[in-house]
Amino acid sequence: MRKAVQVSPTDKMITVLIYVLFSLFACVCVYPFYSIIINTISANDISARGDVVFYPRHIHFQNYLDVFKIPGLGNAALISLGRTVIGTLLTVGASAFLGFMFSQEDMWGRRFWYRFTVITMFFNAGIIPWYLTMRSLHLTNNFLAYILPTIVAPFFIILVKTFVESTPKELQQAASIDGAGTMMIFFRIILPISKPILATVAIFTAVDQWNSFQDTLLLVTDSKLYTLQFILYNYINQASSLSTMVNLQNAGSTAIASLATEQTTTSIRMTVTIIVVAPILLIYPIFQRFFVKGIMIGAVKG
Amino acid sequence: MRIREYSTKGISFRKFLYILPFMLLLAVFAYYPLYGWVYAFFDYSPPIPLSKSPFVGLQWFRSLIENQVKIDQLLQVIKNTFGMSGLGLLFSWLPMIFAIFLNEIKAVRFRKFVQTVTTLPNFISWVLVYSLAFSMFSSEGIVNGLLKQLGLIDSPILFLQNSDHVWITMWLWTIWKTLGWSAILYIAAITGIDDSLYEAAHVDGATRMQVIWNVILPSMLPTYFVLLMLQIAGFLNNGLEQYFVFQNAFNKENIQVLDLYVYNLAMGGGSYSVSVAISMLKSLISVVLLFSVNGFSKLLRGESIV
Repeated sequence: MRKAVQVSPTDKMITVLIYVLFSLFACVCVYPFYSIIINTISANDISARGDVVFYPRHIHFQNYLDVFKIPGLGNAALISLGRTVIGTLLTVGASAFLGFMFSQEDMWGRRFWYRFTVITMFFNAGIIPWYLTMRSLHLTNNFLAYILPTIVAPFFIILVKTFVESTPKELQQAASIDGAGTMMIFFRIILPISKPILATVAIFTAVDQWNSFQDTLLLVTDSKLYTLQFILYNYINQASSLSTMVNLQNAGSTAIASLATEQTTTSIRMTVTIIVVAPILLIYPIFQRFFVKGIMIGAVKG
Repeated sequence: MRIREYSTKGISFRKFLYILPFMLLLAVFAYYPLYGWVYAFFDYSPPIPLSKSPFVGLQWFRSLIENQVKIDQLLQVIKNTFGMSGLGLLFSWLPMIFAIFLNEIKAVRFRKFVQTVTTLPNFISWVLVYSLAFSMFSSEGIVNGLLKQLGLIDSPILFLQNSDHVWITMWLWTIWKTLGWSAILYIAAITGIDDSLYEAAHVDGATRMQVIWNVILPSMLPTYFVLLMLQIAGFLNNGLEQYFVFQNAFNKENIQVLDLYVYNLAMGGGSYSVSVAISMLKSLISVVLLFSVNGFSKLLRGESIV
């Protein structure tokens, strides 16, 4: 983009400094993930002493088998997966539909309802009033509490609306002259051409749903509805009793428990952490292509 | 009102009916919680329902400042909120600088790599951040293990229980999580700079720092201004999750921001009405802040930000 600007000694020093600082910060961002991964596959007794720092030692994968012996973990994985899939489908669908509808200039009260929607991004009643009203709607200990509140998502609606408005109007006009109704236009024309922006919305919603913790904390006391995030939080605080339990289960079986594979507080906590973060790490490379695009469109009219 | 499917001039009521269910959802989940504010005016203590609770008017608002102990407690919470939000404001230019210098890296692969890995932490939850923090900094964590191996310490340093530098450590975790991501908007702004500006600077014999100072920085200031205004509007809204997961018995005094305090009061102490009263004041002040910065923006740049 830019051709050689004058190179002076200060310039060189700046270059070196930039490379050093960015390398350092990159390491700081990556290392926690890396260190936990190598710890989960190292001998548990070494790992518990904090002695696995740069590379794995005495590699084994027993932890990833043992961790599913913790009661509730499988169920929590299902709940997390369930809310992510259902929540994402509904939010993407609603964002697509509302983004399209708010671009329809002949809709009754369009400006008012658009403002009614967008304004909710800038205020909220506060978590406790929210909790009290959710409770009065019987949305405590209810799976719907994970899904319903996020279906109408103003920011994503703005994204889709901006996108739809940037597509040629003639497409819709031609279809309507051919006798297509609003719904037909939405399903046959808008949905197919909005794929790129909907992919962005989907991936953001999915990450939000997967990461969500606060709603479980406030609204759920029934352990059947715990999510992976919530269970991880509990494990960090009580991993010692869990490790004892898994070890007792293993002692009952014929497996020879050695120090290297015996579960410790550290091994349980770290293995669960990797299981909770794995989906994010796996979709991140795909995801990355979308979010820059998404945030650009959003920035045009935020 | 006639119901028509499509018309060029007319108004379609039917189209409104299509979005009505969604508007109802919004009314229930975004507007109805405002009704929860009434709890601030009643002496509500579960399991007695609100309808049977006595109306107490502004008693809870007055109780916030009724004696020195309560005043001190609230002041400490406000101090924490101001301290941590203040640190954020003070360093709000960091993402901009990050983007500028990242752009100076000519090795495309290295630049992409840095951008990729520094953005990643933004997409994990605060619970996961805490789990990483715990693995690194707890008494049996990797950092303490390393320090012991090197013979620098005999007994572990209790980083997470430390209450002296909570504001700074919380700010550092926020930076760790969000810096790379926040820089993306600025990186986009840099990409949008007209090449002719660079060429002109080149012809004038500008040095690298001069290009940064006179070409790149000015073209990012509008973005910075908008984000700064939004950050000021959100001054009281630190959020709950980060402070909730990092809080413990030792650092509680210095970590409680308004959002966490309100949560602890209600869910920990059962004082729902007081908690709602504070929540309500906080929301009202936030709205005033938002209108103020919006007005300021209109005055200064002739553009509103929301």
